[in-house]
Amino acid sequence: MLEFKKDDFKAWLALAPTLLLMALFTFWPIINSFVMSFLEGFSFTGMPPERHPYAWIAGGTFESVGFSNFTQVFLDPDFWLALKNTFYMVIISVPITVILGLLIAVALNGIKRFQSFFQTVFFLPYVTNTIALGLVFGSVFHSEYGLINNLFNTVGLAWINSGATWGRSMFVLMAYTIWNGLAFKILVFLSGLQSIDKQYYQAAQVDATPRWRVFLKITVPLLSPMILYITITSFIGAFKAYSSVIAIFGTGSYGPVGNDKMLITIVGFIYDKLWESSMPFGVASAGSMILFIIIMLITLIQFQISKKRVHY
Amino acid sequence: MEKEKINFTDETNSNPSKKIELKSIEVRLQNLTKEFVDKAGKVTIAVNDFSVVIPAGKLIGLLGPSGCGKSTTLYLIAGLHKPNAGRIFFGEDDVTNTPPEQRGIGLVFQNYALYPHMTVRQNIMFPLENMKIPKQEARERAMEMAELVHIGELMDRKPNQLSGGQQQRVAIARALVKKPRVLLLDEPLSNLDARLRLQTREEIKRIQRETGITTIFVTHDQEEAMSISDEIVVMNYGLKQQMDKPQSVYEEPVNHFVAKFLGNPPINTYDAKIKNGQLVIQDNSVVEKGFDYEDQEVVMGLRPEYLRISQNGKIPAVIDFIEHIGRDTMIICDIPETDQRLRAIVPSDKELKVGQLVKFNYSKLFVFNKETGERLR
Repeated sequence: MLEFKKDDFKAWLALAPTLLLMALFTFWPIINSFVMSFLEGFSFTGMPPERHPYAWIAGGTFESVGFSNFTQVFLDPDFWLALKNTFYMVIISVPITVILGLLIAVALNGIKRFQSFFQTVFFLPYVTNTIALGLVFGSVFHSEYGLINNLFNTVGLAWINSGATWGRSMFVLMAYTIWNGLAFKILVFLSGLQSIDKQYYQAAQVDATPRWRVFLKITVPLLSPMILYITITSFIGAFKAYSSVIAIFGTGSYGPVGNDKMLITIVGFIYDKLWESSMPFGVASAGSMILFIIIMLITLIQFQISKKRVHY
Repeated sequence: MEKEKINFTDETNSNPSKKIELKSIEVRLQNLTKEFVDKAGKVTIAVNDFSVVIPAGKLIGLLGPSGCGKSTTLYLIAGLHKPNAGRIFFGEDDVTNTPPEQRGIGLVFQNYALYPHMTVRQNIMFPLENMKIPKQEARERAMEMAELVHIGELMDRKPNQLSGGQQQRVAIARALVKKPRVLLLDEPLSNLDARLRLQTREEIKRIQRETGITTIFVTHDQEEAMSISDEIVVMNYGLKQQMDKPQSVYEEPVNHFVAKFLGNPPINTYDAKIKNGQLVIQDNSVVEKGFDYEDQEVVMGLRPEYLRISQNGKIPAVIDFIEHIGRDTMIICDIPETDQRLRAIVPSDKELKVGQLVKFNYSKLFVFNKETGERLR
């Protein structure tokens, strides 16, 4: 049993506001959507055919308990499209941002002059509004007056406008996602690099260690806790991709005009299901549960792998 | 099994049954100067016109208080710092502009800098892998080096599973495994507790003797330097003060600083004057004659063990404190009418009391100029 010491009381008191808010806005919604995902024909209003013993939990009415919400998700072609898109986004953006972030951080750490200037430059995207950044990307890749098309003399080629292919739109989306996510990763890696004892590098230098070996055998292992942290949070972030798509294609659309579900993501799918009038709320909940399980599984796998590779 | 092995360093034999002998070379530093400029533009001269010849195959201690430039000198020899002026020679090679990786040095850092994510074996093999030495040979060489420093059974541990002394040995093995021309040790004993220190310094001496490598180590601990060095170099303010065998430096210091820096308990200093060729102390009594110098203020240096209590002693003092240290007794005395004190080591059989007036004679006396510290006698 935990002992309730005098100091514990102060600690709990200090934590209370956060815990209360977390309980209200994080823990309860998680439990609630878990429950809701199993409630069939759930509605916040309307008359129940029968009072169910667990009705009070969800705060609404429903017809029965079962897996029909999940079946509905799995039968929806949009879900499979969203799953495919999200997987591609994860697989493309996570490795590139982590590796690119690491390389840029190492490069930044290596320069002597103007270091803080370049650090500021690379950190700017982080403090820039993501929607504004999306607008910039939108105009850069615009089919008529976009910078890219002008540069490569391909005016009229649709990247994100009507007629764009999946590949081209995904390219723009990934470029945007990587650019947007890079700054924070660089910052974390840079602070990690600066905490590595310089003597390791001097020792490596005295032993005539080639650069790539210094990077792979010394920097990467010593930075591995940070790399794990960044990889896991990047995976989670990429699986939850939503606002990036909206930022590129505009409110309510996940693709170019005429094909507005082309790059729909899982979160986008869930969000859509919430607003579809014929759709019970349970379907969106079921979608969230599926996303939750995917993220949890992948995180667990990563922790398992990291046991051998991460050196604390 | 392949019997022949590739020798990467011409002089050495990689047959593990033979003793590991390394090539000994002389290290010469000529007028070495290193200045550091801080952000405000303030210049600090860490090493000042420093010249020294380190004989081949010797263990040399660079000794001095913190900030005296001894570590900077070591890093200059290693090539991790670039000198502003002067030259460095390894044997006949001028290595002044040679990058550290091409100098053929083994460097043991103060906190060892063992890679924490690698095992002892991987740490020791690391320099060999950089030299692209075949894995099998690298493993053998790592093992024979580990056995030389007596850590053969710890090869699969990680550094954080080792004691400080064991880590030190791993660091030495890693430095020696590539058969360097010079071994450099930065404060090798400062991270160890007192008992390990004693053991490790003998160990360093043994390893150095067995391999015959020219070894330079840095320390601020005079006892450490004196106990294992073939010769010591005393530094202060970036300047070489004296270089000689430890005992010679102790017995014949060239100046006040060296005399004060060596010896524990420290040397007694006692203000005096030279007047008409005579050495005169506070109460105007003449201590010594025959000083062929102008009249000047001087400092007398008397090592505690040089002092004897004697009926016709020349220096009167009042016992303030008596400390029994086994065989001997240490007494601390006030010199009347001054604020100066004397520390003396006397045989325990003497009956002494606090407050008693005693007179000291001495077996040896140093006299230094008070301002320059230069030794007059």
